[in-house]
Amino acid sequence: MLQEESDLSLIIAQIVQKLKGSNLYAQLERQAWASLQRPEIKLESLKEDIKEFFKISGWEKKLQNAVYSELSVFPLPSHPAAPPEHLKEPLVYMRKAQGSWEKRILKSLNSMCTELSIPLARKRPVGEQKELLNKWNEMGTDEPDLSLFRPVYAPKDFLEVLINLRNPNYENGDSLSFRTHLGLIQVPLKVKDIPELKEFFVELGLTTGQLGIDDSTQVPPELFENEHVRIGQKVLAEQDSAAAQQYVRQGSPTALRAELWALILNISSQPEDILYYEQLKTNVIQHDLLVDSLIYKDVKLTASNDDYYFVFEDYLYQVLLCFSRDTSVLGHFAYSSASPPKSYIRGKLGLEEYAVFYPPNGVIPFHGFSMYVAPLCFLYHEPSKLYQIFREMYVRFFFRLHSISSHPSGIVSLCLLFETLLQTYLPQLFYHLREIGAQPLRISFKWMVRAFSGYLATDQLLLLWDRILGYNTLEILAVLAAAVFAFRAVNLMEVTSLAAAEAVLADLSTLKVMPLLQIFLFATVT
Amino acid sequence: MSVQTIRSVFSVETGYRLSDDQIVNHFPNHYELTRKDLMVKNIKRYRKELEKEGSPLAEKDENGKYLYLDFVPVTYMLPADYNLFVEEFRKSPSSTWIMKPCGKAQGKGIFLINKLSQIKKWSRDSKTSSFVSQSTKEAYVISLYINNPLLIGGRKFDLRLYVLVSTYRPLRCYMYKLGFCRFCTVKYTPSTSELDNMFVHLTNVAIQKHGEDYNHIHGGKWTVNNLRLYLESTRGKEVTSKLFDEIHWIIVQSLKAVAPVMNNDKHCFECYGYDIIIDDRLKPWLIEVNASPSLTSSTANDRILKYNLINDTLNIAVPNGEIPDCKWNKSPPKEVLGNYEILYDEELAQGDGADRELRSRPGQSLGPRGGRSRDSGRTVLTTWK
Repeated sequence: MLQEESDLSLIIAQIVQKLKGSNLYAQLERQAWASLQRPEIKLESLKEDIKEFFKISGWEKKLQNAVYSELSVFPLPSHPAAPPEHLKEPLVYMRKAQGSWEKRILKSLNSMCTELSIPLARKRPVGEQKELLNKWNEMGTDEPDLSLFRPVYAPKDFLEVLINLRNPNYENGDSLSFRTHLGLIQVPLKVKDIPELKEFFVELGLTTGQLGIDDSTQVPPELFENEHVRIGQKVLAEQDSAAAQQYVRQGSPTALRAELWALILNISSQPEDILYYEQLKTNVIQHDLLVDSLIYKDVKLTASNDDYYFVFEDYLYQVLLCFSRDTSVLGHFAYSSASPPKSYIRGKLGLEEYAVFYPPNGVIPFHGFSMYVAPLCFLYHEPSKLYQIFREMYVRFFFRLHSISSHPSGIVSLCLLFETLLQTYLPQLFYHLREIGAQPLRISFKWMVRAFSGYLATDQLLLLWDRILGYNTLEILAVLAAAVFAFRAVNLMEVTSLAAAEAVLADLSTLKVMPLLQIFLFATVT
Repeated sequence: MSVQTIRSVFSVETGYRLSDDQIVNHFPNHYELTRKDLMVKNIKRYRKELEKEGSPLAEKDENGKYLYLDFVPVTYMLPADYNLFVEEFRKSPSSTWIMKPCGKAQGKGIFLINKLSQIKKWSRDSKTSSFVSQSTKEAYVISLYINNPLLIGGRKFDLRLYVLVSTYRPLRCYMYKLGFCRFCTVKYTPSTSELDNMFVHLTNVAIQKHGEDYNHIHGGKWTVNNLRLYLESTRGKEVTSKLFDEIHWIIVQSLKAVAPVMNNDKHCFECYGYDIIIDDRLKPWLIEVNASPSLTSSTANDRILKYNLINDTLNIAVPNGEIPDCKWNKSPPKEVLGNYEILYDEELAQGDGADRELRSRPGQSLGPRGGRSRDSGRTVLTTWK
């Protein structure tokens, strides 16, 4: 009992520490001082009166939202004497694997750099700065020569690394038994099974109304949709993050989605935020980074060719170029298993005083990275708000999809969850695919790494991302991947090669996400 | 059948008569709707008629603008209305106007002007001898250019919607659910220095596909559903539904305008390509109607769309795939509609006015009461029938 209490007070202390440096703290302080003028504040009961004032004026709600926001990424409770690496990633072998993966990426980046003799960063001459400023809204028309650039890595390279992960303390035994895991991932992590998932995702059940199912044309809106929209408007009026998070578990109406997501992510466009974005923009104008070319190449290869997102090409540059210069992103490395790559000023290799993080935000983009931003363009058309939403989505969720960790939402756990679900509930299909050399994970990996962006129709994707925000976990990606395989099982049983299996699963754009999830979780005989 | 062939089929000289089992895909005088000058003439006439009848549809606001029937940009015929045009031009000299040849398509011959000197050739007082050759073949229309189009991703786009008409009297028309938006490859700017740049202003694929940034995978096209999702997410559901209702309204009104002059030959049906532009106040404008919308495809998705379009059109026009009999009542059963939905059915609207059980969810299923969702916004609209 005592342990729990002291754990709690430790957490509280840490969050208070974090919030003390934030803008909200300064605002609350100002508000408190200003409230002394009010007649209802009396000296004898100063503390209670100010608290009451905060409650009525809505400031308490803002504080509540901020605390809730911090809690959502708070690392799981651990031993008080744990060193900081353990907070990032408790398992040693995972840390080691992530470390060597990072070394590989950096090496690849550096060698590209030397091959092409392009500096990692350089200051732009004034003429070039002016030109870029003029073209800021249409960088898509710029045609730099990108033919020599290659993406630093693609999802399938990352998959190979994950396949080779082994826990040195775990002894499988050489003989095959019914416990043997037939999939590609061979590390023992705890993943949920269907009964546990049913409990966890209880709001997706058959008896609860859902957007994505109960708002189709055949269903009269009086049954569910109208009421749901009304509740949504109420939630927005209350400005309560936690309520919004609970609400979007059943899907968000299209008209309210932009505001609801902003509320859940605790984003409000303050003048300081807009100024910060402008500052980043200035950084982009003044300095050119090698990763900029990687970003250009990625956008041109992926989003520009996409039926849904090609319209927003220019927004993607405006967001991603600023993102790579945003040092506030470095904060997320405290709870991520990854560490930002370091680079050294020319000629001073190894000397710590001359080390800088490169790129400034510590995140090296890979092939498909821009697809994390693209769907958000359907919701936000104001660049600085779009930027904030993306940044928050990244430091809460997306970073877990390309770093090696044991977190339940980390990509390793997602892969294992996917394979386990398939093996347990569709054993015949799994076995068949394995026999023909088409390990299911090889096909579904790219879906999960991109959180299905670019594979599903946009309206379906947004319904899926509603649930990611609502449940604060990425596990739903693995469940959906398994549900897709279950849906196309009949066709898949007839294929005889990996290429044919890929072809059956090549086009997901006609799939309806919510019925698939519901059937797989709640209507399959277990 | 192409428009040229139709002309000869129905011309008095050839004396060709269509027999009962022959159905053709154009109305004999479709140009009343599809030629830019005649369309405007017919709509102006229709408006005046309604005004004379005292119909509430022809109601005007304090500035003299029609409240419900102002969906075509101010247009004049050249050289006939040259002087009227000059008067209008002088009222707002900083405006831009767009010159379009009456009988051409695919964006050919279109250009923008912002000074009277640029269209001196069409002035009635012109003494140039080439005036004689400027017969009806070279007639132009000049319309007020919509220089505040709704931009998405900074680009101008327009909507291409397919509308099938099986008969004009009683009016029966169907709207294809899968229309699309055509985007320009270049960012929009109203700046006068770019008035000559057709890549900024004209959305025709025939023009855009020669642009540097044209992409063959998506072809600069978006589905109408994407547009709906984007507008609902960024502007809200009510204004989006209102926009789509207005678009349906414009289409039906334009068909009603030409219905009286259309030769309602029972051998005919027609599938039109409607071009609509939305301005930044979310008001739709009818730009033109095409009699032979392009049925070639520029991308893979396009091919599927056009294939289904032709398939569904023929299913409605010629039911059951049997030898047609032009005497049939042209009322296809619901199942063959495919991706079409009934936009307006005059017979049904006049006959069964009490059929209010038909729920009409905006934009998703339009019964014959398609326009009735507008009743909530207007007090008297009985003439919608």
